[in-house]
Parts: sequence; C-alpha cells; structure tokens
Amino acid sequence: MSDDIYREIILDHYRNPRNKGKIQNADVSIHDSNPLCGDEIDIHLKVDGDKIKDIKFEGRGCAISQASASMLTEMVMNKQLASVKDLTKDDILENIGLMNLGPARIKCALLSLKVLKLGMVKYYADRDPASAKKLQDDTRTL
Amino acid sequence: MQKGALNVEKIRKDFPILKRKVMGGKPLVYLDNAATTQKPLAVIDAIHDYYMNYNSNIHRAVHQLAEEATKAYEDTRVKIAKFINARSTDEIIFTRNTTEAINLVAYSWGRANIKKDDRIVITEIEHHSNIVPWQILTQEKGAKLEYIGVGDDGYLKMHEYKKYLDSGKVKLVSVSHMSNVLGTITPINDIINMAHEKGIPVLVDGAQSVPHMPVDVQKLDCEFMAFSAHKMLGPTGVGVLYVKRELLEKMPPFMGGGDMIKEVHKYETRYNDLPYKFEGGTPNIADVIGFAAAIDYLQKIGMDRVREHEIDITKYALDRVAQVKGVTIYGPMNAIDRGGVVSFNIGDIHPHDLATIMNDHGVAIRSGHHCAQVLMERLDVAATSRASFYIYNTKEEVDVFIDALSEARRLFKI
Repeated sequence: MSDDIYREIILDHYRNPRNKGKIQNADVSIHDSNPLCGDEIDIHLKVDGDKIKDIKFEGRGCAISQASASMLTEMVMNKQLASVKDLTKDDILENIGLMNLGPARIKCALLSLKVLKLGMVKYYADRDPASAKKLQDDTRTL
Repeated sequence: MQKGALNVEKIRKDFPILKRKVMGGKPLVYLDNAATTQKPLAVIDAIHDYYMNYNSNIHRAVHQLAEEATKAYEDTRVKIAKFINARSTDEIIFTRNTTEAINLVAYSWGRANIKKDDRIVITEIEHHSNIVPWQILTQEKGAKLEYIGVGDDGYLKMHEYKKYLDSGKVKLVSVSHMSNVLGTITPINDIINMAHEKGIPVLVDGAQSVPHMPVDVQKLDCEFMAFSAHKMLGPTGVGVLYVKRELLEKMPPFMGGGDMIKEVHKYETRYNDLPYKFEGGTPNIADVIGFAAAIDYLQKIGMDRVREHEIDITKYALDRVAQVKGVTIYGPMNAIDRGGVVSFNIGDIHPHDLATIMNDHGVAIRSGHHCAQVLMERLDVAATSRASFYIYNTKEEVDVFIDALSEARRLFKI
C-alpha cells in the first residue's frame, strides 16, 4: 500500500516542488489548510484573458499534499480557466496516480485543487457570479 | 419501505427491554415515549460493534480504525440529511441534544443578531429548552420575549402571533412543532409563512415531531430545526441542529476547541469548514453511529406509517380516557391535530400518586410539569399525568393502563 503511495514521482515532487514560490502582483492569492495534519497551501495566479498565465504555490505539509499541489500547477499552467474550472476529484487522483486513498488521506491529495477552486471563486466573484457559485459548491464536495 | 398497518408484534421482538417484567413479574407497559423511547437491538448492536471493533477518534488520525469510525460517523450525517431532506450534509450539526441545539442558535446566531428592543416570539406550550435560552439572550441584550397564547382547546392563538409580527420588532420566531404535553401539532406552515412575509427566520423545535411524522425541512422552509436521537429509537447524548446554509455561513462558532479549527495561531484561529466549525471537541462517536441504525429502522417502517399507527392508538386512548369519570384531558381532542400524547388529571389525585399506582401495574407513565412550567401555569395545574406512545405500543397496553386508572380511582374513592 505505502509502496504504491510513495512512488518515486510523488517523492520527487515532494522534494523538488515545481512552481513553488510567490508571484509579484498576482491577480489572485488564496490560502486554505487541512486540519487533519495541518497541511497548508497558498496559490497565486496570474490570469491573462481566460488563461492561467502563471501559477505558483507555497505550502507545507505531507508528501501527498505537497506533491499533489506541485503536480496540479504543472497540469493547469497555460490552460484556459474554463477547462480548469471543471477539474474533478478523479482528474486529480488520476493525475497523481493515487486512486485508492482512504477518506482521510484523500483530503491531503485534494487540498490544492480546493485552494485553486477557491482562488477561481475569488477571481470570478465579480466577473461571472454564476461560475463563482458553482465553483464554491464544487469545493464543498472535495 | 413497508406497506399497510404496522406489524407491532414483529416490531416488539426487536426491542429486548419490552420482554422485561417489572414490579415482581408484571409485563412492562412503557408509555413514557415522549420522554425517551426504547432502543431496538440494531441500535444497541451498532454501539457495541463500534466499541468492540473500531473504537477510535475521528477526523484526525489516518489509521484504519480512525477511517472506519470517521466513515460511520459521517454516514450518520448523510442519513439525517436525507431523513429530513436537508439540501446538504453541511447543514447538519451534531449536538448533545435538542437543548444544546437551541442553545447553539441562541448563543451563536442570537448574540450576533439580537439587539436592544428586538423581540423574540415563542409560545406558551414550549418546553423549557425553548424558553430559557431566549430568556438568557433577551435579558443580556435588553430585548423582549413574547408568548403566543394557547386556548383552552389546546390550539395556539394565531391572532396574537399576527399582532406581534405587525409590531415590526420581531427578529426571531422559535416554536415547537408538537407540544410534549398537549400533543398539539402547531400550524407550523402558517407560522413560518407569516414570519417569512416579514423576513423573520424561524426555529422549529422538532423534538416531538421528527420522531413521529414525516418532516421535510425544505418543504417547511424553516431556518433552524432541532431534535434529539433518543426520542426516535436512538441513543441519548446525540442531538441534531439543522440550519439553512445561508445563515450557517454567517454564524460565529459556539464552542471553541479541537475539531472546529483549521489553524490555530497564538492570537488568532481559522475555523474549520461547515459543519465541523460547530462541533468543537471529540463528539459522542459511538452514539452518533448508533443513531444511524435508528434512522435505518424508522425508514424501513416509513414515517407515514409511524404517524398512522400513532393516530390510531391515540384515538383509542383518548376515547377510553375520556370515558373515565372525573378526568380532564388537556389538548386538542381530535387525534389528527395531536401527536401520540395524552395528558390528563383525574379528580384530586396528584399525578405523582397516580404514576406510583400505575407503576404497581407495570405501567410507566410520566407525571409532573414535563419541563413546561409556563404551560402548567397557563392550565392552572401543578402537574399532569402523561401517557405517550410509539411504534411498539398496542391497544392492549392502553387497556392495561385504563385498568390501572380504574384502580387509582378505587383507591382514591373517586
């Protein structure tokens, strides 16, 4: 079980996180945490038109939460917000290759998606309230 | 869900305590269900299973037992949300009982929203748990408590309610769905609609209704609903507060501590997501898990059939009690307008004396003020006797109760 979880790619992203850091003059910055093990993630976004021009994250926590965040930034970099908006829990779990996490650890894997969606809620708040509301609802099921 | 009338004999087999003999060999006739109900084996087994096999704290650890316990605990929340038709499990908060649920609203929503000279409307039929928290709040804030009166027929005086609403000062209406003494089912739809026309939120005390009839919070459209597990086959120590999400999101936490937090720093704390923000401290895990078995049991029967059975047995009991010489029955005489509760007095027999005589016959009834002293004052009595029914009670048991009543009359020469 642990062999499956802590594969090389997870440990690599954990020790060498991609897109880690801050963005000066980010369009959106958002923070959330997972009370289970105190995982914390901040996501900063730079948006150009409807595209994620840059994404960086800061955080600390378990290998799953941090590797998942790192992999998520790679996944959504330069993508249209419209497509990122629809990312599901399964998309993330497939992306990181961990489909069988228990109910507690799954929260670690999904924290960064939740933070990203909360960031987009903030971004859409004035521009597109309907999308903001849908995204807000999405985060509740994560 | 099953069809047709309840198979009470079959149901009785699921309740081990009903086999008990009391008072030196008399079969137990348990007619104190409005106070607390008996528990089916499924509920007792669920609690036993938790302690035997997966006792563990929830929401924190990642080991197998913790994950099993967390899942079982959260599954109950899902079942409750379905049972009362809440939009989301986020709207279901576990408390210790109905009383704590109402206090949570008073301390959290109430402190943030009630100001000087505001009014809170309740009724004369309320249980103490829907009076005292509002007294504390209104006294603290310099606000005022108003009571909708109850007529001699057991029905609420709705013209008084309208008058209060017209004052323009009412900020909350908090009303029992069913009286634990009179059995009166209040006109809750009218009460809620009239309040909503003025933009006023409504708390429904469902302690006596949720266990006995289908209750749909979305249809009712109430802002708050409180009830307890132990009055619906579940364990003691578990209550539920339903709150519409729009309100819940703005409510400050009630009790600070573990589990209700996301991050705690030296001088500030970020609170956890709903509903955990309102569930500080290790909860009553075993009993919440036991509650799920109770909900399963009731849903298998179907709440419509629970209600039908109670109307049937209450009608029978009302008819028989009404024939007893010297008896005064309180509350509506039409079984359709009341729950399975018959409160009464007979001659000059004090309810405590009556209950003792009943007990000699193996009949468990309640006597006293039923935590409704405001109503006792209104009825101008010190106390009443109360027989209350549930799914496992039979007309034969009502007959035993009536025989015991005759014996009391004989002893007191009435």
